Amino acid sequence: MSALPGSHDQRPAKWVWIAGALLLVAALVLPFLVKNYRVFQFNLVLVYAIAILGLNILTGFNGQISLGHGAFYAIGAYAAAVLMDRVGMPYWLTLPFSGALCFLLGFLMGFPALRLAGHYLAVATLALALAIPQLLKYKHLEHYTGGVQGIVLVKPDPPFTFRLLDQPFSADRWLYFFTLAVTIVMFVLAWNLLRGRVGRALIAIRDHPIAAAAMGINLPMFKSLTFGVSAAFTGVAGALGAVVIAFVSPDSFTVTLSIFLLVGMVVGGLASITGAFFGAIFIQFVPNIADELSKSAPAAIYGVLLIMLMYLMPTGVMGMVRRLWARWQPGARRARMRGVQPGSSVPVSHDHLTKESAT
Amino acid sequence: MKFKHFSLTIAGVAAAAISLSALAQKKYDTGATDTEIKIGDTKPYSGPASAYGTIGKAIAAYFDKINAEGGINGRKIKFISLDDGYNPAKTVEQVRKLVEEDEVLFVFNPLGTPSNTAIHKYMNQKKVPQLFVATGATKWGNPKEYPWTMGWQPNYQTEGKIYAAHILETKPNAKIGVLYQNDDYGKDYLKGFEDGLGDKAKTMIVSKVSYEVTDPNVDSQMLSLKGAGADTFFNITTPKFAAQAIKKAAEIGWKPTHYLNNVSASVGSVLTPAGLDNSVGIITTQYGKDPTDPQWANDKGMQDWKAWMAKYYPSGDLKDASNVYGYGVAMTVVQVLKQCGDNLTRENVMKQAANLDMTLPTALPGINVKTSPTDFYPIEREQLARFDGKTWVLFGKVYDPAGN
Repeated sequence: MSALPGSHDQRPAKWVWIAGALLLVAALVLPFLVKNYRVFQFNLVLVYAIAILGLNILTGFNGQISLGHGAFYAIGAYAAAVLMDRVGMPYWLTLPFSGALCFLLGFLMGFPALRLAGHYLAVATLALALAIPQLLKYKHLEHYTGGVQGIVLVKPDPPFTFRLLDQPFSADRWLYFFTLAVTIVMFVLAWNLLRGRVGRALIAIRDHPIAAAAMGINLPMFKSLTFGVSAAFTGVAGALGAVVIAFVSPDSFTVTLSIFLLVGMVVGGLASITGAFFGAIFIQFVPNIADELSKSAPAAIYGVLLIMLMYLMPTGVMGMVRRLWARWQPGARRARMRGVQPGSSVPVSHDHLTKESAT
Repeated sequence: MKFKHFSLTIAGVAAAAISLSALAQKKYDTGATDTEIKIGDTKPYSGPASAYGTIGKAIAAYFDKINAEGGINGRKIKFISLDDGYNPAKTVEQVRKLVEEDEVLFVFNPLGTPSNTAIHKYMNQKKVPQLFVATGATKWGNPKEYPWTMGWQPNYQTEGKIYAAHILETKPNAKIGVLYQNDDYGKDYLKGFEDGLGDKAKTMIVSKVSYEVTDPNVDSQMLSLKGAGADTFFNITTPKFAAQAIKKAAEIGWKPTHYLNNVSASVGSVLTPAGLDNSVGIITTQYGKDPTDPQWANDKGMQDWKAWMAKYYPSGDLKDASNVYGYGVAMTVVQVLKQCGDNLTRENVMKQAANLDMTLPTALPGINVKTSPTDFYPIEREQLARFDGKTWVLFGKVYDPAGN
């Protein structure tokens, strides 16, 4: 219960700002250093990062396991695609609609979730992920969803053009900046939400639901709202994904997607905001590496890589980073860290997840 | 004298022009050089449709054979096949990698209707050939709107037309009942069938009923078809439902002339569970030689195929028709590249692909691969086959609904 991840570092040092600024400049120049296809992959990384962040709010911070976030991703993607294709709405305007729709559906999904804990909830959400591709093919929705054919979208053109480092400002590069802006907004939102009162309440519910209720936290309301917010994040990611890929179809959103999001979250680090990026990088690039290593059993190679990674970094990338950070800190700070169990914040959440599911 | 000089000059200029044009004949787009032709592909090596991954391996093995024999016009084929897990979103990513990073000359035989739909627009915007796609949908043969995309295997509409032609020939007063799956695939077949019947479609088809993939069975549909008094049945269903329909027809004592789409013509996974006795007399279409059919045991084409399998793809399954498919489609693209000669531009690849007239040793006798600038459907001929209780027996003529 003691360690809130990162709570010991309230005021960031000056160098953190400098590093952040450098990172931002790097992020702005990056798309002009690589080919369009790579830019497209980076776009997908950002999209997955938002989706994983959404899942992490629910599972990492609030302890509700979801195997069905691929369904919210799909709903977000389809909402954006239908609005663009049928209503003619500009792509950027579809994001709030997708987010709002997924918030509502997530909130409603949160009610049955109140009665189900741990593994039971996981199975219920899995059902959602299994049902969505079928529902998208449903006869009476076919007029909107395009049935098995899906919907082919038009990739948005950049509003203006210029050249940098001898590279044109292409549609993919424009989408990169658009996606990056949305990503920053979503991460700032999550940061503000999770670093304050609400975040503490979520973690309290995760770790000790009874104690949290005793302290006056409205458990049903908080859990349902968390589900809604989490779904909304993933829905926005889905909408962005539809714009970036310019195509949606039921086969794009099978149950594998939900599992991949979960994998990304665990790889990045449970209850870690920045970990979402590492998780996204993993689920975007590691399947391609596996495919290059073997055509016969790419899934097996992927599994081996995943097991190796979890063996080396049992608490995910951010858990590892925190541990190293604690070790390399100067003496005084180190002592202070030791008081709050250095680097153990994430294993704590692991323990409590299993504990909660046992109750 | 002056005249002689003049004529010499002309001869010189002419010679220069000829040598220039000889140089100009060697034309390359991205992905082709004096020594190599790069070809890209996506296949589901993982995921729900990974059984089709063997097609990609068979194609790679066929190119190994071509390269071992010296390549095409001295150029080796470099075949880059990537896994898309049957996920269209992944197909988009992988095909962009092939086109933008690996810089292939063209993309060949990507598999799956949704996957190809996802890249259809992109390929045509980029003007990179999307050649011989591995799906039976009819939309791949639309050279006016999508000049860079071409199918290969007979499409569903063509097959539907063949059944219609056979009914018109043998039973012009038939009362037809149709059962179809309510999606692109089912509607594609139905459209071809109705087009084939022409004006008579309205009077001849007495009942059309559909089902959803999510339905548990097709019992009520079968009852309503029987109730409508149909004496001829066109069964447009995927394997599970096809078996149910055959079984149900026998149970309710309905004995129509039964046409079953090629999609569900598998003896092992459809007719056996439906009951071999119930399946006697069912009619379907075929275009390729079945590797398990004993009548091809001494056939030259299939013996060559077996020898090639043993040498270049020994881990492949000799009973799997997908390996025959991969061999045949690879053979077709090799012919296209041979025709291209030293002009390996994307435009010429499409031009030569639209100028094919060949036969495949693994196709049934009389079935050819033929295209033209307005005909982007390479294989359109098919032959009917009737089930005799053990195996499919070919009968009648080779149908050619497109008339080439």
